[in-house]
Amino acid sequence: MINSESHITVHDLTMAYGSFVVQRNLTFTINRGDIFIIMGGSGCGKSTLMRHMIGLQKPAAGEIIIDKLNFWNAEVRERETMMRNFGILYQSGALWSSMTLAENISLPLEEYTDLSSNDIKEIISLKLALVGLSGFEDYYPSEISGGMQKRAGLARAMALDPEILFFDEPSAGLDPISAKLLDDLILELRDSLGATVVIVTHELASIFAIGNNSVFLDSDTKTMIAVGDPNKLLAESDNPKVQNFLTRGKIHYEQTS
Amino acid sequence: MTNQCEIKFTKLDKEKLLLTLSGNWKLDNNIPDASVIEEKILSFSGIGYLEFITTDVAEWDSGILTFLIKINEWCSKNNIKMETGGLPQGVQRLLALASAVAEREGARRQFVREPILSQIGSGTINFVHSTIEILNFFGEVSVAFMRLLRGKARFRRSDFLLILQDCGINALPIVSLICLLVGLILAFIAAIQLMMFGAQIYIASLVGIGMIRVLGAVMAGIIMAGRTSASFAAQIGTMEVNEEIDALKTTGISPIEFLVLPRVIALVLMMPLLCIFADLMGVLGGFIVGVGMLDIGITEYYNMTVDSVGINNFLIGIFQSCVFGVLVALAGCLRGMQCKRSASAVGDAATSAVVTGIISIVIATAIITILCNVLGI
Repeated sequence: MINSESHITVHDLTMAYGSFVVQRNLTFTINRGDIFIIMGGSGCGKSTLMRHMIGLQKPAAGEIIIDKLNFWNAEVRERETMMRNFGILYQSGALWSSMTLAENISLPLEEYTDLSSNDIKEIISLKLALVGLSGFEDYYPSEISGGMQKRAGLARAMALDPEILFFDEPSAGLDPISAKLLDDLILELRDSLGATVVIVTHELASIFAIGNNSVFLDSDTKTMIAVGDPNKLLAESDNPKVQNFLTRGKIHYEQTS
Repeated sequence: MTNQCEIKFTKLDKEKLLLTLSGNWKLDNNIPDASVIEEKILSFSGIGYLEFITTDVAEWDSGILTFLIKINEWCSKNNIKMETGGLPQGVQRLLALASAVAEREGARRQFVREPILSQIGSGTINFVHSTIEILNFFGEVSVAFMRLLRGKARFRRSDFLLILQDCGINALPIVSLICLLVGLILAFIAAIQLMMFGAQIYIASLVGIGMIRVLGAVMAGIIMAGRTSASFAAQIGTMEVNEEIDALKTTGISPIEFLVLPRVIALVLMMPLLCIFADLMGVLGGFIVGVGMLDIGITEYYNMTVDSVGINNFLIGIFQSCVFGVLVALAGCLRGMQCKRSASAVGDAATSAVVTGIISIVIATAIITILCNVLGI
């Protein structure tokens, strides 16, 4: 499944709010079919980096190249076409609260496809079934639990069979078993849809279980200090910050030596 | 044995001072002031070490910790070494924990008073920025409206109908109550003056023109600013907090088209209707006072009202209400879209929406009144 064709390339990216620089000189490549982890301590700019990659915030400098096209230099139209290939699961689910789950999923479908309402209905049932929410079509987001909202958010993110799935802290607020199920689901989606997955997280269990590529952002030096497979980083990285993070503060010298 | 906080000083040798603590060292038990103790320590000159015995301390809480931290800071400033070995185990551990992470350089906020000129300067810059923001928003809404006319913009019909209901029929009770009372009050005040000349009948024209030309529209506008504008701001603000707006943007749907347009259109459609209703209720209020208290005949009052008001006054009122509809809806949506990401920001957005709405209504009324005067309508 995994080949080494590059899908997203971030080149010399600088992110800033006004004159306050969050991160600078970020350069990394995400291959097609990767499960790419953006990790780092709280407040280091992980979510901000994702906001840059999904088109919500313009870089202060540098570029993001998706499928050989420069994402931020493209025309608005062109960028919107590129964004159609994104599926995004927000940290809080971000389901539209005035709409039922079915309407939430149908909105992107109505916006971008010419499917008949019957076809749309079938797709909605399918996507809800995939995340284990069959029969919840007519529930409002406020009527279901946080974990279910996240899964419904994932169903919405998958509505258009996206090529790239973005997850912002998918397991935050979930119990360990739901988090594990979500991880399995992400792996399954990558394997079956062939999607590239980008995940912002600091959940170590998920990082090692599903990630095969990663970037580590550091808030003190305001740049990335490691890049690569998290399991390899754990074994090989000699950066104390990375080791500290990946071992939850207990540095295993026997593994690093 | 008393539970009073007590402290005894024993000089062990030339440099060492032993502090024996006893009693309940708790916050609500009058723990001695650190500065008093410090003076006491200074009175034994030449002290280089402090030691503690706390076997008689029955209970303690954060009170003893803050006390010891103060003593410790003072000691390190005065080159006195504090031996914590004699303190209770828990106290020792908490003290170690409190000093484990040194205060981060520059983390403590410093409040510096800005000089007055710089305050004026940054105020002006903020004003310019917010004006540009308002104009931008106005432009975006206009563009979205043009797209709607060309059939390109989209929002959900069910959302639109809900908003229509909320700012139409649901607002009727409060609009009618307030406008009825405003009509009554107006008639009462006028009655006292006009009766002196035996000119009670002119109450009909005063209340009629007053309500229909200006007050009906203004009252309805202000009620809608307090009621609907705040609710628009809170709805959109909460969506911003909940990342729902981001989700719309990344789905390729313009929040202006999807959220702002239906609200503006709904309010512009409903305001004139509310205004007509407000006019009627105001005139009814005047009618109750005129016919009920001043013995003006029913037909007499009716004829006087119809004769004096005229179609121009009515149309001016309706025109104003349309303008207010746009202003109130835009104020609510603008403040909602500007909302920051916290619960208190949603409250601020709602407050600011009402203030913006009412101010813009008053300014618009003034402008329209002057224009009508100049044009001689």
